[in-house]
Amino acid sequence: MSQLEIKDLHVSIGDKSIVKGLSLTVRSGEVHAIMGPNGTGKSTLAKAIAGHPSYTITSGDVLLDGKSVLPMQPDERARAGLFLAFQYPSEIPGVSIANFLRAAIQARLGEGEELDATGYYKRLYSKMDLLQIDRKFTSRAINDGFSGGEKKRCEILQMAMLEPKFALMDETDSGLDIDALRIVADGVNALRSTNLGVLMITHYQRLLGYIVPDHVHVMWDGRIVKSGDKSLALELEAKGYDWVKNELIPA
Amino acid sequence: MSQPSSPLATSATGSFTPELFAAHLASVAHLPAWWLDRKRAAWDRFTALPLPKRTDESWRFATLTGLKLDGYTLPPAVTPAELGHAPIGIATAGKLVFANNRLVAAEPISAELAQQGVIFETLQNALLKHGDLVKAHLLAQPPKQGSEKFSALHTALLADGAFVYLPKGVELALPLAVFHYAAGPGAAVFPHTLVIAEEGAKATVVDFFRSADAGAHFACGRNDLYASHSAQLTYVAAQTWSRESLSFQSNSTVARRDARVLALNLHLGGRQSRHESHSQLQAPGAHSEMLALTVAHGTQEFDQRTLQIHQAPHTSSNLLYKNALLASAKTIFSGLIVVDPDAQKTDAYQSNRNLMLSDDAEANSLPGLEIQANDVRCTHGATSSRIDAEQEFYLQARGIPKADADELLTFGFFEEVLSKLDHAPLHDALIDLIKIKFNPPV
Repeated sequence: MSQLEIKDLHVSIGDKSIVKGLSLTVRSGEVHAIMGPNGTGKSTLAKAIAGHPSYTITSGDVLLDGKSVLPMQPDERARAGLFLAFQYPSEIPGVSIANFLRAAIQARLGEGEELDATGYYKRLYSKMDLLQIDRKFTSRAINDGFSGGEKKRCEILQMAMLEPKFALMDETDSGLDIDALRIVADGVNALRSTNLGVLMITHYQRLLGYIVPDHVHVMWDGRIVKSGDKSLALELEAKGYDWVKNELIPA
Repeated sequence: MSQPSSPLATSATGSFTPELFAAHLASVAHLPAWWLDRKRAAWDRFTALPLPKRTDESWRFATLTGLKLDGYTLPPAVTPAELGHAPIGIATAGKLVFANNRLVAAEPISAELAQQGVIFETLQNALLKHGDLVKAHLLAQPPKQGSEKFSALHTALLADGAFVYLPKGVELALPLAVFHYAAGPGAAVFPHTLVIAEEGAKATVVDFFRSADAGAHFACGRNDLYASHSAQLTYVAAQTWSRESLSFQSNSTVARRDARVLALNLHLGGRQSRHESHSQLQAPGAHSEMLALTVAHGTQEFDQRTLQIHQAPHTSSNLLYKNALLASAKTIFSGLIVVDPDAQKTDAYQSNRNLMLSDDAEANSLPGLEIQANDVRCTHGATSSRIDAEQEFYLQARGIPKADADELLTFGFFEEVLSKLDHAPLHDALIDLIKIKFNPPV
């Protein structure tokens, strides 16, 4: 049982304060959804936790099983068990998915430990089948010329291969048509287990129809202003973000 | 930086004295008279021409003080054992190994290929047995890019090299490999590879330029590629001269009707390396793919000059030169596309991309066009960039340490060039050479 604790987190980009005191705890096996309008700091939260160099954490802490991840480099955080599924995954021409994933798995092995290539490909192909990804995919360059749906499936494939303790999923539904959304959601649902905690960031309720959350949080201007169960998402969908603005924000 | 203005600072001929030339000439006295005459004329040109000067546009940005010709010698013969010749791990149709200007080992082509008329042997043998063929193509294209003096020196002192003849319609499934070694202190070598592909022939030829030791070597090489109608030639050169070496290499490509020539030059070694590449598209449908990859480290300097000359309508050329620069290394790229007045419908592209892996490195780019026809498509561009921070973060976010992420991204940068090679083992062999440069064995 693992735990990701976000404690009174404040994040800035340059001089601009974006996340303004956010606290949240996610445990293994739980799926939390953070909903909120554009510009409220949802993506900033995810990137800051993953260690993006453009974001400065001015106060607060992020603890993984009681240990702060803030002194760690992004790659150390990833190896410690955090995974960020990007809203806009980078296109990297010339680096094949197979080589990239091998390097990522190799980085998790001990000194002098060699990757078992046979086992690696067996596992890779079974995850690809799960996500309905063509085998030829592995020789393609990372996200290079991928459709929106392919990019998101590629993110989930990486998540499946790297088996993180906690996944931060940043607008995983954006840019997906309904078929692609279903495949991605099925993939995430297949990965749901007692060993994985998920923090799902989304603008729309749509995704939550496919990946049903245990907890829903509404974010506004850098803070969580309301938390509840999955019914909160439906209420938000029905009433709109004006409801948040007019009724949930203290004047 | 100031250059020595006095001719006394370095003589224009350096170690290459009349006595040295006379000794060389005596050693090749058995070769045809026309060739010896050419060599004498070349020697006269070499001695008459000055070393490059600061005012020479074709040497702009180059470190002229590094071009001194002193301290070199025509080296004695060495045995293959002394070379520590390392295999390349790819299956080949034949191999020639030259060291210090002499053939030291060979794996001839199969009897079947020989029966089909394929010739793969030394230039000396070819001069004696196929004189007319050699005469028509050997050094037939005069240099135009600034290295006239060094090209003359090459002709004067060229002792031996590789000769490849591909008769009409013959296709080689495996590459031909040629090794050119320099061994011993101050060794001066003059590598040459001449490839003639007749109508519809198809082959891959690979030159490996290597130093047998860490000595300061001098390499002054040329190649001649001639692709007749519809021939398909792939030429790859992997240059790994020692870090103290000075090298000049000048390549000439002639492409006839519907011929396709792909040349990929990998530059890794040397202290200072000048490389000139000259492609002539002489008949409709001709295509030249000009590719280069350079990894410049330490204080290395790589100076690359290219010329794409479109002499006939409906010809195309595509140039992609990529440099990765580390430490305080320096690169120069100067490229020119020339379109002759009647070369309508020319499609020419020229691109130089520099990946700056150090703030102290220096990349110079001089792309150029000279178009005399009015219905053409010519584009050129040069860029310098660093490792992309978002790409780096993406890889790090998957647990890959920063240094490994940067290496992956650097190889990704090279892949655009390497992926044009339609030969997986050769592709992988070149990657291995680059990896050694990044992670030298301790």
